[in-house]
Amino acid sequence: MSEAALLELRDLSVRFHTPEGVVEAVSGIDLTVRAGEILGLVGESGSGKSATCLAVMGLLGPRGETTGELRFQGRLIGADAARLRGHGIGMIFQEPRASLNPVFTIGHQLREVLALHRPDLTASAAADEASALLHRVGLPAPERQLRAYPHEISGGMAQRVAIALALAAQPRLLLADEPTTALDVTVQAQVLELLLRLRDETELAIVLVTHDLGIVARYADRVSVMRAGKVVEQASVQTLFAQPTHTYTRQLLDALPRMTERVAQVEAVPATPLLRVSGLTRHFVPRRRPFRRATPPLRAVDGVSFDIAAGETLALVGESGCGKSTTALMVAGLLGHTAGRIEFAGRDLATSSETQRRALRRELQIVLQDPGEALDPRLSCGTQVTEPLLIHRTGGNRQQRRETVRATLRSVGLDDWVIDRRPHEISGGQRQRVALARALVLQPRMLVLDEPTSALDVSIQAQVIDLLSRLQRERGLAYLFISHDLRLVLRIAHRVAVVYLGRIVELAEPAQLFAMPRHPYTKALLSAVPEPDPAQRGHQRILLPGEPPNPTAVAAGCRFRQRCALALPICAQVDPTLGQTSHDQAHQVACHVAQGTA
Amino acid sequence: MDAGSVILRKCLRALLTLWIVVSLTFVVLRSAGDPAIVILGSDATPAMIDAFHHQWGLDQPLPIQYVVYFAHILHGDFGSSFLDSRPALTVVAERIPRTLQLSGLGLLLMLCIGIPAGVAAALNRGRALDRVIVAASVMGHSVPSFFLAILLILLFSVRWRLLPSGGAEAAHTIIMPAITIAAGGTGVIARFTRAAMLDALRQPFVRAVQARGVGWPRVIRGHVMPNAAIPTVTMIGFLLGGLVAGAVITETVFAWPGIGWLIVTSVARRDLAVVQCIVLLVASTMVLANLIVDLLYVWLDPRMRAPAPEDA
Repeated sequence: MSEAALLELRDLSVRFHTPEGVVEAVSGIDLTVRAGEILGLVGESGSGKSATCLAVMGLLGPRGETTGELRFQGRLIGADAARLRGHGIGMIFQEPRASLNPVFTIGHQLREVLALHRPDLTASAAADEASALLHRVGLPAPERQLRAYPHEISGGMAQRVAIALALAAQPRLLLADEPTTALDVTVQAQVLELLLRLRDETELAIVLVTHDLGIVARYADRVSVMRAGKVVEQASVQTLFAQPTHTYTRQLLDALPRMTERVAQVEAVPATPLLRVSGLTRHFVPRRRPFRRATPPLRAVDGVSFDIAAGETLALVGESGCGKSTTALMVAGLLGHTAGRIEFAGRDLATSSETQRRALRRELQIVLQDPGEALDPRLSCGTQVTEPLLIHRTGGNRQQRRETVRATLRSVGLDDWVIDRRPHEISGGQRQRVALARALVLQPRMLVLDEPTSALDVSIQAQVIDLLSRLQRERGLAYLFISHDLRLVLRIAHRVAVVYLGRIVELAEPAQLFAMPRHPYTKALLSAVPEPDPAQRGHQRILLPGEPPNPTAVAAGCRFRQRCALALPICAQVDPTLGQTSHDQAHQVACHVAQGTA
Repeated sequence: MDAGSVILRKCLRALLTLWIVVSLTFVVLRSAGDPAIVILGSDATPAMIDAFHHQWGLDQPLPIQYVVYFAHILHGDFGSSFLDSRPALTVVAERIPRTLQLSGLGLLLMLCIGIPAGVAAALNRGRALDRVIVAASVMGHSVPSFFLAILLILLFSVRWRLLPSGGAEAAHTIIMPAITIAAGGTGVIARFTRAAMLDALRQPFVRAVQARGVGWPRVIRGHVMPNAAIPTVTMIGFLLGGLVAGAVITETVFAWPGIGWLIVTSVARRDLAVVQCIVLLVASTMVLANLIVDLLYVWLDPRMRAPAPEDA
């Protein structure tokens, strides 16, 4: 690794001229990127990470303005930033599919970049180079991918294509702006390993912009921490994690859920479960269209059973499309089920009368992922928290209702001033508290929490989690907690169910699951989560090949077998059922190999 | 599903629409009162009315009338003009070239002015040029065509005596009717193109393409415009279908001997066969225009070739 600075920023400021006035996104930062290194640029949303990258690319747009000094390979970049784009510095973005032009094939887009940066290539040499590039970023069957349109490939594949497009121009530096935030954890691991490999092969320097300290710990050489437009700390990755000097860095590190420590204490769980779900199934049957062959049903949830006691948190964890949110919606009564039973407090929801169901609804509330979308933008927060009381004709007179709403808002840590605010006038964390208050105002016994913190920054996320734990202790609430974030789930859940393609493949207490994962999918999932500890960088990682298959084409036998390294002949024939392992009564797994039935 | 079956489906759907149009025309014209009384006058004797009914097959039961009517149309027989007994189709067909000339030129003007104006406005968003173009296009489609037509005649024919006020004798008589027809459409196309361009410019891939080193002019031509073309084409398709119908007022004001003028005179003279023929023709143009838009869609937008499965 050479010590020469490839990119140097001195006193860089970025300002945006908006109708409301001038906003300073970056205020006088110094930053150096050396050839062949991976610099992690971390910070929460709005800290100026993306604006810094766009300033380097000269892509701030007509409203952006840059002051300070930008040097690439020792030469000043000014108005000629466009000259370096692609060839000197490449960039990839957060939404991989959105960064490809939807109306052209991948081959067309690759050939365009090749024609631009490598005019010496003949048409046929360019075609060969295009497929070589796709091969290099690990895409199977490059010839077929060249003819595909962006909407025909998955998000993970789209990010590989975006990387290939950046590489086509042979840059010395790659700015990767949250390249894996929109991807699932196993796919994230694949993409990050690819970036690491490219760095090792070609001395490509990479600026890895992320909000995830785990990714930084595992992949970066040096780290710059940004907050409110300033770089507050800059150090090698080992130093930063071992001895963070700035308070903000320490806060960030403390707020981070780690798998190696657990906060939630398992308490004695009452014998009778509050919620009992058995064989829950939901198939989506595509509408039959004229002149088309009938398509097989999409098996979103395919036989899920679990129970939750009062005061207990059961987490459903899995990657996108595994059926965890569909399960949440069915339990909350917002989506009908194809088969199975949902019993709440001993009553079957499906056979209850409308009045009974209404009463049950009061006791079982749901909180959704994005509070910005789950709250009505036109109603004040107070009105929205009051609304459930009106719907269920409860809460006494106007004065009493107002008191209840105030008390509920206070219990989630909000002042009275939010009552008259509209959702857009308060912060994301406060919005999620309002959504929580809306669910709590009816004094439910159970909450379904569908990714309640994934739209929030890490520090806010930690506060909301603490709040949820406190409310659970105070009110004896049962939680069905849906998440894609294993680190988070291990910290707050009493029991964790790992979901794959509409089925629970493993169910255990967090300590067991983390220390002794039995199912190969759980093992891969745990291994894919980057732990915020640079000391674990050398650990052997299990990289799952491919992406979860399409839930319309569930194969016979074990659903995981096509991606499983341990698959045996029996796995292709017999669908394994969730059963106890010989070691532990509470630890259940659906795997022939782990159960020892093979 | 491949592009071929998408196209086949769209064609079948167009045929279905045409059938509905033909049937609706039958129903509407049969329910608009007895044509015998309209043609012969209210003082006609019952014998005259019966004779008229028999002559035009109106004494048959409705289902039979429908089958006969449908069979005739399939054979290209639209009946005869009640007035001069020539086949209605011949009467209409001799006017078609004139209307095509006029709407063709009008469409050409709309596209050649509207699209560049919309693109220019989007690329200069918020600046003076943008405001001028937006204001002009609002004016273009809010001024009623009969008003614009009379205004043009007043200025160019009456005051300055530069252009004839009507007819189709000389080549330059087409100028004013074509401008009248184009004004509204140009405004709509300009505004729509502007909106579509702005929408495409907002897409994240625009920045990503620039980051790959593609220059701004090429980003606009090669990436933004193909995306903006998709919604714009739909809108132009709808305009296309309405062109012939929209020619009614313009042709009448400028005495342009096209279909629009013919339908006005035929309605006034109660010449139902000719009216029916024109209604069918106009409706078919609409259906055809929509079909062309659908097919262009498949060509322009790869996402249309394989629609995503819908939820139950």
